[in-house]
Amino acid sequence: MKILVCISHVPDTTAKINFTPDNKSFDTNGVSFVINPYDEFGLTRAVWLQEKLGATVTVVNVGTAVTEPTLRKALAIGANDAIRVDAEPTDAFFVAKQIAHLVKENGYDLVIAGRESIDYNGSQVPGMLAALLNWPFVNACVGLELDGNTATAIREIDGGKEKSQFALPAVIAGQKGLVEEKDLRIPNMRGIMQARTKPLQVVAPIDAAKSTEAVYYEKPAPKGACKMIDPDNVEELVQLLHNEAKVI
Amino acid sequence: MSILAYIETWEGKFKKTSFEAAAFASKLAAEMGVEAHAVVLNAQDDPSVLGQYGISKVFSAGDAGDFNNYVWSNTLVNVAKESGAKGLIISGTFGGKMILPLAAVAFDAGLVTNISDFPSSVSPLIVRRSAFSSKGFVDYEVKTERFVLSIIPNGIGLPEAKEAAAEVQTVAAVKDGVAEVKVLDVDRVKGKIPLPEAEMVVSAGRGLKDASNWNLIEDLAEALGASTACSKPVSDMGWRPHSEHVGQTGIAINPNLYIAIGISGAIQHLAGVSASKKIVVINTDNEAPFFKAADYGIVGDAFEVVPKLTEAIRKFKADN
Ligand SMILES: Cc1cc2nc3c(=O)[nH]c(=O)nc-3n(C[C@H](O)[C@H](O)[C@H](O)COP(=O)(O)OP(=O)(O)OC[C@H]3O[C@@H](n4cnc5c(N)ncnc54)[C@H](O)[C@@H]3O)c2cc1C
Ligand SMILES: Nc1ncnc2c1ncn2[C@@H]1O[C@H](COP(=O)(O)O)[C@@H](O)[C@H]1O
Repeated sequence: MKILVCISHVPDTTAKINFTPDNKSFDTNGVSFVINPYDEFGLTRAVWLQEKLGATVTVVNVGTAVTEPTLRKALAIGANDAIRVDAEPTDAFFVAKQIAHLVKENGYDLVIAGRESIDYNGSQVPGMLAALLNWPFVNACVGLELDGNTATAIREIDGGKEKSQFALPAVIAGQKGLVEEKDLRIPNMRGIMQARTKPLQVVAPIDAAKSTEAVYYEKPAPKGACKMIDPDNVEELVQLLHNEAKVI
Repeated sequence: MSILAYIETWEGKFKKTSFEAAAFASKLAAEMGVEAHAVVLNAQDDPSVLGQYGISKVFSAGDAGDFNNYVWSNTLVNVAKESGAKGLIISGTFGGKMILPLAAVAFDAGLVTNISDFPSSVSPLIVRRSAFSSKGFVDYEVKTERFVLSIIPNGIGLPEAKEAAAEVQTVAAVKDGVAEVKVLDVDRVKGKIPLPEAEMVVSAGRGLKDASNWNLIEDLAEALGASTACSKPVSDMGWRPHSEHVGQTGIAINPNLYIAIGISGAIQHLAGVSASKKIVVINTDNEAPFFKAADYGIVGDAFEVVPKLTEAIRKFKADN
């Protein structure tokens, strides 16, 4: 069984977000990058399948050379090998087409991605990839069991959960629940050493048109001062919420 | 030519987010000088009511069966192609996100998700979306002829309903050639508004000390008619279900009112809630970072303040 885990390279969750003075791009100065947290749950689930079923786990990123430390970290966590498609990932359609091409070339049984990248919060790539391959697609996946060729997945729906069954190959966009927080692996020394010699293949992108383009970046307006209310006078808060904020 | 809104239903009923999609579609259609249409699958509600939000024609498929995102997407796109639609509008609910990217591929259209504002320009089409977990906005230009846009639930608001009825045309669901997915079980809390769609949210963190204290939170939420949420450690410890976890790695919400009780206001928490229109913070620590992101604050002990607030809300509701 061959599993492909899609890894998006995103700013650390504590990063302060700034844009360049011309408002034309995201300012990466001083920002440290990590494996997208949603992808970490998927990667760990894949490594479990590797350990249990002898599956091979390949990680893929569409990105420039700056993303290699992120891929090495994924290798240190336990992936067998990595592929980087050498291109700026500025458009989801473009990214999905790159990964779909790899899947067709290399033949995977299961693709695990994340629910969304925490930078652009697109929730686009995994579904597009599935559609390009015409494979079953489960978004916001919080549980996955495999029995031979049959997958049983649980996904989050508005206000609850849905359990469904389908045949592999398939694309899963996962999150916490695929594994729990405590199951996430911090790479140890041995993992880090091994990762250095695991294959990381760089491939050229295929031609694909960009369907959208980011043209302007802006931060939200700063909040005004917080109005403090005496804890013994909660009635004042109720009045403010009614008269001033007009939310109740 | 038209703009086509996707109308999501739950147990046959239209969701509020579907009306938001309909209203967005009709406003955009008016701007572009085309008609606004809608597609609905498995509706029990009367589709003609969508006229209230400016939809002139509804295509209704009653035979779609259990949810299968390809059937849904293909039916939507089939209508779009046959009726000459230019764009699709879909609300970014969990259900919406299951079909959005599929529809973009099948419709061969540029996709912009997470839209937080009405487009600033329709030619070229430029739309503002929320990004960086509410820490920024990005304006996208759509390069393709056709487009699919997804709007944030509870994001742009709903105009007042007009008195108008839409024409309804029955269509067949498109089931050919799709990957088979068998729905085994749906487990959903009845009568609760899903978090992303909630107009008011009462949320609590580790300051509440124990799962058994959540009756305080539920009472306040009930008095307000709000949904409940929690910080990440609270769901990690199993005090509350994961589906209530808000923040950067949980659900992103933008209700009209967010009340944060015993939550410190870590950057990852704020990332998922700072788009809320008004924020109230209740915390014993006057230095808690959350106060910097709040509109109203009370420095006090949740165990004393919250019951009093619940009482005051109940009294207010009874008097008004
Ligand atoms: C990769 C990553 C992703 C993360 N994603 C998220 C996320 O999505 N969502 C999220 O919430 N967190 C997230 N976190 C965790 C985040 O950093 C904080 O640890 C977390 O939000 C803190 O939760 P809390 O405010 O409930 O608890 P604490 O930080 O422990 O704060 C408890 C607060 O309660 C107050 N308090 C104590 N007693 C009382 C009382 N009696 N009455 C009133 N107030 C009281 C305290 O003063 C304190 O401010 C993430 C962290 C990482 C590393
Ligand atoms: N540039 C990329 N390279 C590899 N995988 C990606 C890339 N962008 C997105 N993905 C995958 O798609 C998921 C959803 O991303 P997005 O559609 O960008 O929100 C991520 O969690 C990744 O698993």
